[in-house]
Amino acid sequence: MTEPVAVIGVGMHPWGKWGRNFVGYGLTAARAALDDAGVAWSDIDFVVGGETVRNGYGGYVAGSTMARALGWNGARVATCYAACASGSAAIEAARTRILAGLCDLALVVGADTTPKGFLAPNAGERWDDPDWLRFRLIGATNPAFFGMYARRRMDLYGADPADFAMVKVKNARHGLHNPNARYRGEVTAEEVAASPVVCDPLRLLDICATSDGAAAVVLSSIDTARRLGRGDVRIRAVSTVTPRFPNTALDLPDIATDSAASVAAPDQGFRPSIASAAYEEAGVGPDDLSLAEVYDLSTALELDWYEDIGLCAPGEAEKLLHAGDTTLGGRIPVNPSGGLACFGEAVPAQAIAQVCEVTWQLRGQAGARQVEGAQVGLTINQGLFGHGSCVILSR
Amino acid sequence: MTEAAPVIDGWFTTDSQPALIGRRCPECGTYQFPPTGEWCPNPACLSAVMVDTPLSRRGRVWSYTDAQYKPPPPFVAATEPFEPFAIAAVELRPENIVILGQVASGYGVADLHVGAEVELVIEPIDGSRALVWKWRPCGD
Ligand SMILES: [Zn+2]
Repeated sequence: MTEPVAVIGVGMHPWGKWGRNFVGYGLTAARAALDDAGVAWSDIDFVVGGETVRNGYGGYVAGSTMARALGWNGARVATCYAACASGSAAIEAARTRILAGLCDLALVVGADTTPKGFLAPNAGERWDDPDWLRFRLIGATNPAFFGMYARRRMDLYGADPADFAMVKVKNARHGLHNPNARYRGEVTAEEVAASPVVCDPLRLLDICATSDGAAAVVLSSIDTARRLGRGDVRIRAVSTVTPRFPNTALDLPDIATDSAASVAAPDQGFRPSIASAAYEEAGVGPDDLSLAEVYDLSTALELDWYEDIGLCAPGEAEKLLHAGDTTLGGRIPVNPSGGLACFGEAVPAQAIAQVCEVTWQLRGQAGARQVEGAQVGLTINQGLFGHGSCVILSR
Repeated sequence: MTEAAPVIDGWFTTDSQPALIGRRCPECGTYQFPPTGEWCPNPACLSAVMVDTPLSRRGRVWSYTDAQYKPPPPFVAATEPFEPFAIAAVELRPENIVILGQVASGYGVADLHVGAEVELVIEPIDGSRALVWKWRPCGD
């Protein structure tokens, strides 16, 4: 087991489609997290930004952009890019610096302003860029990959689109009273079924939107947290693992998988291996979880995650859902925040937002969406090009 | 009019029995697609040589979907207004590799299922004369 670090402050700028500069959102989230931690910006000695690639140079150097916005204080700085996993990569940078004894108080910020519609590659002709080529040669958008994963659940496990709709209905209900969620309204199964098909079998309401938003956390050593009277919530593990060769599940944004002609595929695929590494580091297992925040880019993908984090065996996720196990009040609520279904994705902020939610849950501050007696929480997602992202927190 | 040519050089042949061109490691036998790798992706192999090789023309569907909305650029639609098209990820043997492609025109998701056999065909990629590979259901 690895020594824990403390989460002493969390903060967010509400998700939405505000159309403003990402720096302002980040500033709001950072100040909220500092305020929550009860520490001054001048005491932060390491600041890490989650990079955004759609906001010019300021986004490429998000760490220093945030430091400048808060007012240069001389802190050391880093910026992390790992696509959807950028936030946990940034948290990992702060955690390891704290554990190495090189830093006392670290601020981690992720903020984004996103365009309308499908996430598209940056402009220009790039015939050697797989992310560009999948659009140019095939027209394979992100939802096309989600559609293929969903279809496998149907053809291999007998899942039905009504199961997928049920995930949306659940998450919409979870997010109803979340002040930071973009969508706060009940959604019925009929509404999901009546929304247009985007990438068969997924409909518009099965697929998460892209949003503006920001999230921030303040981390410290356990000793420092105790001194500040804020040692309640601890990060027990951060898993940023890469796949093992050959990775035989088609991953966004690749046109092809690895070949398993000469080396057999590993016993465990990439997604389950992300959680396994975190469980091992934290010294806990799926049965210890009180809640999980998983990356529901699509409704069907949330069901894949149930299996990948070990809540049930492959093909059993629909049963878990129908039994109410993953609904608030159930055995292991998943996405009590409302998940991406209620937030929409703000890429560099999302993994940090997951950690904010688990922190509120473990403190008992989640209001109407509180998981009673929450002791251990897990966040998980996956970034393009082989980025694992899983954080385990406990009281 | 110029002769129809592949939209990208060296990824597939356009003869009567067209095939994708992958690469194969002469040391360990690992395949790779697209044929752009200059070293073997197998971490247990240090080969810095990969040799172009045609891949199996038939395979089985790993999964499939379609695009009911027009994808953003750099995608170029074949028709205006946009007509939906299907996409399949296909597992080839003995290469043990899954390769994505559009489904041949005239076929949709109703013609597919996981495990269905498909065959490689070459078709225009859009309204231009550029060609691309697609997967055509064999009707099993
Ligand atoms: Zn080799």
